Amino acid sequence: MGATLIYGLINSAVLALMALGFNLTFGISGVANFAYGAIYIVAGFITWSLINALHIPFIFSAVITVIAVGIAGVYLYRIILTRIRGLVISEVIATFAVSLVILELLRYFGFIGFKYSLPPFIKGSVEIMDAFVDAQRLIIIGFGIVVLFALYVFTHYTRMGRAFRGIAQEEHTSLSLGINPDRIAGWSMGIGSALGALAAIVILPLGTITVDGGYDVLISALSVCIVGGLGSTFGVIIASLIIGFAQQLTATYLSSHWTMIVSLVALLIILAIKPSGLLGHQKELEERV
Amino acid sequence: MKENYRKERIDRGIKARSDDIYALTSYKEMWYLLFPRLVPIVGIAIISFFLPIYWKKVMLSTCTFAMLAVSWDFLSSCGMLSLGQALFFGMGSYTAGCLNHYLDLPVYVTIPLATVIGGFLSTIILLPVIRLRGIYFAMVTLILPLMLMRLIEATKILGGTEGITRLSPFPNVWVEIVLILAAMWAAFFGLRRFIASDYGLIFVSIRDNDRAVMASGINIYAFKAQALFIGSSICAFCGAFMTHAYQFTGMPVFAMDYSILPIAASAIGGIGSLAGPLLGAFILVPLSELLREFGPLRIVFYGLILVICVVVLPEGIFHYLSRKYTEMERWVKIE
Repeated sequence: MGATLIYGLINSAVLALMALGFNLTFGISGVANFAYGAIYIVAGFITWSLINALHIPFIFSAVITVIAVGIAGVYLYRIILTRIRGLVISEVIATFAVSLVILELLRYFGFIGFKYSLPPFIKGSVEIMDAFVDAQRLIIIGFGIVVLFALYVFTHYTRMGRAFRGIAQEEHTSLSLGINPDRIAGWSMGIGSALGALAAIVILPLGTITVDGGYDVLISALSVCIVGGLGSTFGVIIASLIIGFAQQLTATYLSSHWTMIVSLVALLIILAIKPSGLLGHQKELEERV
Repeated sequence: MKENYRKERIDRGIKARSDDIYALTSYKEMWYLLFPRLVPIVGIAIISFFLPIYWKKVMLSTCTFAMLAVSWDFLSSCGMLSLGQALFFGMGSYTAGCLNHYLDLPVYVTIPLATVIGGFLSTIILLPVIRLRGIYFAMVTLILPLMLMRLIEATKILGGTEGITRLSPFPNVWVEIVLILAAMWAAFFGLRRFIASDYGLIFVSIRDNDRAVMASGINIYAFKAQALFIGSSICAFCGAFMTHAYQFTGMPVFAMDYSILPIAASAIGGIGSLAGPLLGAFILVPLSELLREFGPLRIVFYGLILVICVVVLPEGIFHYLSRKYTEMERWVKIE
């Protein structure tokens, strides 16, 4: 029981970290970034290459990766997405195609195998409530809390963070106050991607980095964001707790075949009953007639 | 039954539906209109008879995807954004497979039955969420095929991960080609006629402003369900057809390919014209076959082409071409 509880919590923290970047970009600019999974995986491989090919210490590699991926995100927005802003289907197709290009290129260059794994921050394990837990898993929970706190401070007390919330609320009004929506939306894409890279660096030491993992990350992030309410940070936390524990419980008491089904069923129920998610802004008129 | 009439100005009706008034005065003008319609029909028919056997099979899947894309465009012009053509496709495929495998029905019975039953089942499944709009409806349709796939994997019903194999095939490849071409053009021109009719006008207006339609005393849920049935029946036919062409049905019929490719075809070809998605499918599917020579890089090139098309030509190839075609000019003598 103790093990289920603690692993459920860890599972939730993993889901929340994965979903935060996707959620930030969607909440601010309204772009559903389907390249998110690819960005997550590519961040893992960049860090791996920096450590193993260029022999840069782990901490510096991690910092370089996060910054590089963030800038790449900004340019992805500037080059591709500004041209098709507002055309939802085109946005989805374009970002999904970008993710196909990135992931399949990685596959082509032979980034497949068990040797691709990141080192954990601290080795060893701790015993909590009759369960042995790796230190890395505890770090994930800690990281999740730190990132949430940092995001809160960023969006409430910095100039750019408040510009973020401004264009999320009302784009035209913020334009009249001197905020350039295109520039800020680009930055939201950059910071969303950087958050994805950060999540990758923290979570990937738990296993090996695989190309196919990119698609799974995208689906997990999507389902957490939908259940929580697209664009709502607090919703992401609640949704990841619900889905995380639900998955852990089904894996323990039923079988691991059913874990994916449980989260998909959760998704369907939420969509049928309250389409904008548990904590999404209620937009009764937009969601149903 | 009392007959209903409505008044209409003749020119407005034609203008609203065709965007142009054509007063045909010569064979030249008739050719001008017929040329872009006849070329694809005759061209595809002739080409598909002379293709080698491998490319005949490619033609089959191209036509199937074209039908899926046309059905996607029809649903989206009725205000239902579907990300899950795979659901409809898979329903038709599994229905045909089961009818053929468990009840030993022949091909010419299973395909019509699967078309109707598959469309019916898909409509029933989506009926509880028919009130949802836009992206929320899209999400449900995206998730359902994924869930059905996992459900079949977990419960091992209907052949489980192995699927149902050794179903009865078509007599020969000519039957397949003729059947799918006929079905494709029937679906395409049928839907175009349907949308342009008075009855179809209601479907389009549901997309434009559903509340106004409700305010006119029309039960939009009934109309949405009908649109769903029509759209999903077309996909179910494709599923049933491919099941017998490959003599196999299984979990891959719920794969994302069947959802994503029609949307990509529509985005490239141009949404809202039914012809655009058709054109898009006829570009994308053969292209992905041609790219097979590049081996693993195939999907990379494919993705790149997709991005470039979407970014450079957001309106779609078909809209671009038809605009250019109508803008054609000729020199005339000043009298």
